[in-house]
Amino acid sequence: MTNQTAVLDEAMEIETPQESSQPAILSGPSEARVAGLPTWFREQQRAAWTKFESLPFPNRKDQPWRFSNVSALDFSSFIQPAQLTQKERDEILELSTGLKEVAGRLIFADDQLLRRDPLPEKLLNSGVILKPLDRAIIEHEDLFRRHFMAQPAALGSAKFAALHEAFVTSGTFIYVPRGVEVELPIEIFHWLHGANAAVFPHTLLIADELSKVTVLEHFRSAHSDRAGFGCGVNDLVVGRGAKVNYICAQNWNDKTLAIQINATTAARESSALSLNVHLGGNYSRFESLSRLAGEGARSDLLAISVAEGSQEFDARTLQDHASPHTTSDLLYKNALTDRARSTFGGLIRVEPHAHFTDAYQTVRNLLLSDDSEANSMPGLEILADNVKCSHGATSGQLGEDEVFYLLSRGIPAEVAKHLLVSGFLNEVVDRLDHPAITDLIHGLIEAKFARR
Amino acid sequence: MVKEASPLEIERNIGDFAYPETHTHDAGVGLTEKTIHYIADIKEDPDWVREFRLNAYKTFLSKPMPTHWASKDLEAIVFENIRYYLSGGVQPKRNWEDVPDDVKRTFERLGIPEQERKFLAGVEAQFDSEAVYSNIKKAVGEQGVIFVGSAEGLKNHPEIFRKWFGKVIPTGDNKFSALNSAVFSGGSFIYVPPGVKVKHPLQAYFRINAENFGQFERTLIICDEGSELTYMEGCTAPKFNTATLHSAVVELVALKGAKLQYITVQNWSSNVFNLVTKRGIAHEDAEVKWIDCNIGSRLTMKYPGVIMKGRRARGEVLSIALAGDGQHQDTGAKMVHAADETTSNIISKSISIGKGRATYRGLVQIPKHLKNCKNNTECDALLINSTSRTDTYPAITVRGTGNSVQHEASVSQVSAEQIFYMQQRGLTEAQAMSLSVNGFVNDLVRQFPMEYSVELKRLIELEMEGSVG
Repeated sequence: MTNQTAVLDEAMEIETPQESSQPAILSGPSEARVAGLPTWFREQQRAAWTKFESLPFPNRKDQPWRFSNVSALDFSSFIQPAQLTQKERDEILELSTGLKEVAGRLIFADDQLLRRDPLPEKLLNSGVILKPLDRAIIEHEDLFRRHFMAQPAALGSAKFAALHEAFVTSGTFIYVPRGVEVELPIEIFHWLHGANAAVFPHTLLIADELSKVTVLEHFRSAHSDRAGFGCGVNDLVVGRGAKVNYICAQNWNDKTLAIQINATTAARESSALSLNVHLGGNYSRFESLSRLAGEGARSDLLAISVAEGSQEFDARTLQDHASPHTTSDLLYKNALTDRARSTFGGLIRVEPHAHFTDAYQTVRNLLLSDDSEANSMPGLEILADNVKCSHGATSGQLGEDEVFYLLSRGIPAEVAKHLLVSGFLNEVVDRLDHPAITDLIHGLIEAKFARR
Repeated sequence: MVKEASPLEIERNIGDFAYPETHTHDAGVGLTEKTIHYIADIKEDPDWVREFRLNAYKTFLSKPMPTHWASKDLEAIVFENIRYYLSGGVQPKRNWEDVPDDVKRTFERLGIPEQERKFLAGVEAQFDSEAVYSNIKKAVGEQGVIFVGSAEGLKNHPEIFRKWFGKVIPTGDNKFSALNSAVFSGGSFIYVPPGVKVKHPLQAYFRINAENFGQFERTLIICDEGSELTYMEGCTAPKFNTATLHSAVVELVALKGAKLQYITVQNWSSNVFNLVTKRGIAHEDAEVKWIDCNIGSRLTMKYPGVIMKGRRARGEVLSIALAGDGQHQDTGAKMVHAADETTSNIISKSISIGKGRATYRGLVQIPKHLKNCKNNTECDALLINSTSRTDTYPAITVRGTGNSVQHEASVSQVSAEQIFYMQQRGLTEAQAMSLSVNGFVNDLVRQFPMEYSVELKRLIELEMEGSVG
């Protein structure tokens, strides 16, 4: 250990008493937290808190929580994080390595904005907005109010969506005006820093007609040994003919409790692609609602998870076809080892009159150890006619022939296994047509393997 | 594409007749402990059965309705308005001549005697709660096969009956298995001794003949080591205005190396709630196969299951569901793997017509440390009209590295090109549609015994006739 980090460790120890004096999240949002926010927003937050308190706690017997280890959802130890010192801020900024070239970047830690790399002049002039949430609430009130938490959390986490709404103070607001194409990705970092800190990252992306944008969001922990709670919401509003790529790289440490709720609405002729990479968390729940609201809309839902130790990944999805001639394609892959568990509960819902729908759903689980467990609940609800829908779920292990082939080429067993698992996951990652982000995701997966 | 279906009841009308009720025993409307005692008294139940019923009644009261996952339509069942026991007071007869004339007429309308002459080794037909007619061909009896009503089974063969009764499906499995355990009457008890292969299928027809009368038959089939049996159950019910409840429990036991096949064609009239619990246990090298065809009823909830308890055991469910206007066929399968090298296969095909709704609900479970277990699930759904609905809700749990599971489902409609092709060859649209639908289920129907597949094809043709045009 170098001298410098030793000093840092000491500094943190001194801070610990301060942190523990921070209010617990279960005692409700503190006044200091919401100071400076407009009254209408604060009222909305108070209502959300009441809603959080009144909604029942999930039970495994509830279909949306079937197979899920709901006892992991214990929030009692989590606190509202303290202000970061300058030194801590610098430390975290140092760690915030992502893409080389971005259109804009925001870095948050413990719900505090550390740095903001503004958009280039050209994009600003064409009306693109990239702002922290607390500013957007004031400066773009109309747009914000219209879309903020506009979709119901229909997949089981209504209670936690209310918790998020009650606490949310920071996050990202992105608006891309009609016809504007943002070529380079927008990158957002959310860090967990303080011990037992709870963060409520929020991303609201509004892509107007015929616009194009790619957003990459990182979720990371500054310390590998500190428990934390990330309760995030990301809402994507995709306007007519717009094209949106959203990538979530969830890499919290393995002591983090993570809940992420997504809602995507795709208008006519638009296209939304989301890639969710889940690597971290001891319990990570992800809910994704993709609503195909306009004719000709398309949604691609991609996700991978790599689970080890006693990690649990729980993904629930809804592909909601509300208009005719819409397409959705879901591909989720889980690689599981040790005592890890995964649950997938997905539903394709084709509403009445949403004829000529094409909807697909594929879930593949790769079980690499005897104690790993995969639960799949792929569902279909078809209320229309003239649809093409299919779903498939498989659970299996590495092919003996494939392993044998690699061994016969002189590749050691461990390497062969590693190569095959990477290949299994890459099929999903490679669906994203963005080499720089694909490389970054590959790097994160490799790093997780390397830690073993 | 295709216009809405006009409500059609052609085939079901065959079952829509009733004779004046002459029941000497009637437990009255509603369910209390007194009803249970009444049933136990009349049936001269041994004390352990009476106690079993009373405990089951308590379980029934304590269990909630499964409406948190299943159809809200269940709330339409009013347990107080149902008669839980009716009986003509006639003893089971073995000679056709001894059967009362009006009962005989019912069976003649159902076509049983001809079928018996042609195909059947034995007939056990249930008229209301009691088996009034049962006849086992000499050959089967001589082989040592026991084929009797469940009441007779528990009285005359308690040493076999008690060992397995309620073991495959415990009373508290669900609300309706508890209800059945409390008030059961009728159903079959079959025991096939070791090594005996029953060549012809055994068959029972069930009839409901009293309004507001739930039928709670209880069937227990045991195939001893190395034996083989095919059992067929066909159901028709006369049509009544108020809802009728049918809640059966069927338990199958296939001991080492046995093969047991259970075939159901369910064609209850469209006011019947058909809530049935069916499960089999397959021991080492044994095979349990359910062939399940649901055409009638208002709401059917039935998920035949197999627990594969011994090595290399095999479970299979083949399911066809036809949901017409106002019907909800909520069917599926449960496969619980509990030993190494067990394999299971589920093939489900459903057709939704008019405002009909077909649902597949499945469960596949492979716990940890099992090796080389395999499951294959295929669900195909066909939608005929724009108002038709289909759902698929599987739940699959797999642990460990030695097992593999695959699940596939698809939803489609009859292709316009196919219909056009057949029409330009001179078929009417209805004929073309019926041919297409028959083609969709053909590979499953072929696995049915002859007379069932013929009947089924005809049923589908008739159902389809009103759906086009």
